[in-house]
Amino acid sequence: MFENLRLSFQSIWAHKMRSFLTMLGIIIGIASIIAIVSTIQGTNEQIKNELIGSGSNLVNVTLKQNGSTLYIYSSSSIPYGVPEVSDETKAEILALDTVENVTSYSERESADGIYYQNTELEYPTVRGIDTSYFSTMGYSIRSGRGFVEEDYTNFRTVAIIDSVLADSAFPNEDPVGKIIEINSVPFTIVGVVVDPDSTYTASINSISDYYMYEYTDYGYLFIPKACWPIVYCFDEPENVVVKAVSTDDMDKAGASAKEILNSTISSNQTEVKYDAEDLVSQAQQIDLLSSATNSQLIWIASISLLVGGIGVMNIMMVSVTERTSEIGLKKAIGARQRAILGQFLTEAVVLTSIGGIIGVGAGIGMAYAIGRVSDIPIAISIPASVIAVLFSMLIGIIFGLVPSMKAANLDPIEALRRE
Amino acid sequence: MILKLDHIYKDYILGKMKVPALKDISLEVEKGEYLAVMGPSGSGKSTLMNIIGCLDRPTSGSYELSGQNVMGLNDSQLADVRLKNLGFVFQNFQLLPRMTALDNVALPLVYAGVRKKMRRQKAREALIRVGLEDRVTFKPTQLSGGQKQRVAIARAMVNEPDILLADEPTGALDSKSGEQVMELFQKLNEEGVTVIMITHDRNIAGHAKRMVEIFDGELIERKSADGQEE
Repeated sequence: MFENLRLSFQSIWAHKMRSFLTMLGIIIGIASIIAIVSTIQGTNEQIKNELIGSGSNLVNVTLKQNGSTLYIYSSSSIPYGVPEVSDETKAEILALDTVENVTSYSERESADGIYYQNTELEYPTVRGIDTSYFSTMGYSIRSGRGFVEEDYTNFRTVAIIDSVLADSAFPNEDPVGKIIEINSVPFTIVGVVVDPDSTYTASINSISDYYMYEYTDYGYLFIPKACWPIVYCFDEPENVVVKAVSTDDMDKAGASAKEILNSTISSNQTEVKYDAEDLVSQAQQIDLLSSATNSQLIWIASISLLVGGIGVMNIMMVSVTERTSEIGLKKAIGARQRAILGQFLTEAVVLTSIGGIIGVGAGIGMAYAIGRVSDIPIAISIPASVIAVLFSMLIGIIFGLVPSMKAANLDPIEALRRE
Repeated sequence: MILKLDHIYKDYILGKMKVPALKDISLEVEKGEYLAVMGPSGSGKSTLMNIIGCLDRPTSGSYELSGQNVMGLNDSQLADVRLKNLGFVFQNFQLLPRMTALDNVALPLVYAGVRKKMRRQKAREALIRVGLEDRVTFKPTQLSGGQKQRVAIARAMVNEPDILLADEPTGALDSKSGEQVMELFQKLNEEGVTVIMITHDRNIAGHAKRMVEIFDGELIERKSADGQEE
């Protein structure tokens, strides 16, 4: 075995150029697989971090109708028996060990009928919020002020917009103090807030990411919940966001809040229920989605490994033919077929393994280069690297088998006669 | 009796024709003999050499080597017989060009499963035996024809086989080197090695104590072991 290894290195070294060219196919194949896996895993890690571990620990508890999100667009779409979230309910949620803060809001997604002077604003999402909304969500004020108690008690028609809407609707002026119309009711903009998540550059890796990005791009318009019935409907059901004490508590906090909220729904005929988003399963879904694209890309890269393997087979065939008399001699002096088989198989495996190791190195280099150029995070996977090297060994065995068997089955008389 | 061929026939099939290469060959060789098998090309002497060397199987007959019937052995068992009981010397040396003289000589020991340290020691001893102790690290390209053949003889001897089997051992050498190789065979034979040499050259064959001639696949005894010409 050791002797075979020594012989293999000797023979590979004796034909440096040829060996390297043969390895090149394996190197390119393994390198592209490693580069693909590294970039995709890097992006995955980033998405997961942003989703779960960004430190905000927010869990959306939203109304679902038969499992899909309940959108309210008019009074007729308000479900029966789902009350507004009362202060008592919120207090009950807040009393949970796992919950640090809680807020509720009514929403019109991509609302129309909002004008500044004669221009309709491009479909911001309008939310009627309670007093704890900005602190729970982690918004900070860029200019102007937030909502104060009096805005609620006096039913002031004031509004706050987020930075996205401010930048798109008021590109060259300060929005604070400007008056906009919501369903023909004038509201005074009193502040601009910044979403903490908007500091992230959006990375789009899937269709749902794309919609998420598109949708947040329109921006938000906030009004006090007290003013909601002025422009929209009375007694609109609300969605809830709970801020968990820690990331580990998020699932528990969401589940507990969901139970409390569902107990407030009076009618048991309705199919509308609160549901907490399961972030762990979302992260798993992203994993699943990207591993699907991952495996497609790996299949494509494997084609180059196949080509590389055929190259190895080809060169091993040449090697066997060249060394016919060596094989004949070895058989004559008492080498068994298995010894000859082992020698050539070892040579093929050593060849592809070296190719695999160089390929892993090149792949990691390529991944870093891609990361540098296109600003993608990189995660080098040690198991993937080990598997890649093992796989290149397997290619050596598979594609070395036919030439090695040819060598082992040579007739020593014939082989010795040739020179 | 170290080798006993009994009514050996070997036929080749060429197309639909059956071509007999060996006809009813019977040959017995005692331990310590020095035998030359002589014959012109095409006489069947190479076929006989391949059968004696367990590289080929006869069509019929029986063959006993060192008291073992080799007719019923499979390929792996034949490889073991070649490894342990036979040492080959070829006309064109058949040394591996990338290996040193020492590694070439040690090669059969690799297949015998001898440990590396022991291999080197035995190979060195074999090279000393053929008078090449100062050429141990040389590669074949750095050796003369006669030296190469002596390395090949050392390789054949390293496993201490029952029979040293030489096929035209001087065929690629000048007469002086050829003479040296013959002297070496003589010396090895005097040390107790059984030598079987195949040649077409009557002068070379003359070095052997006993000589048989093969002609059209038939064996004729020419000189008996006690030196008696027939």
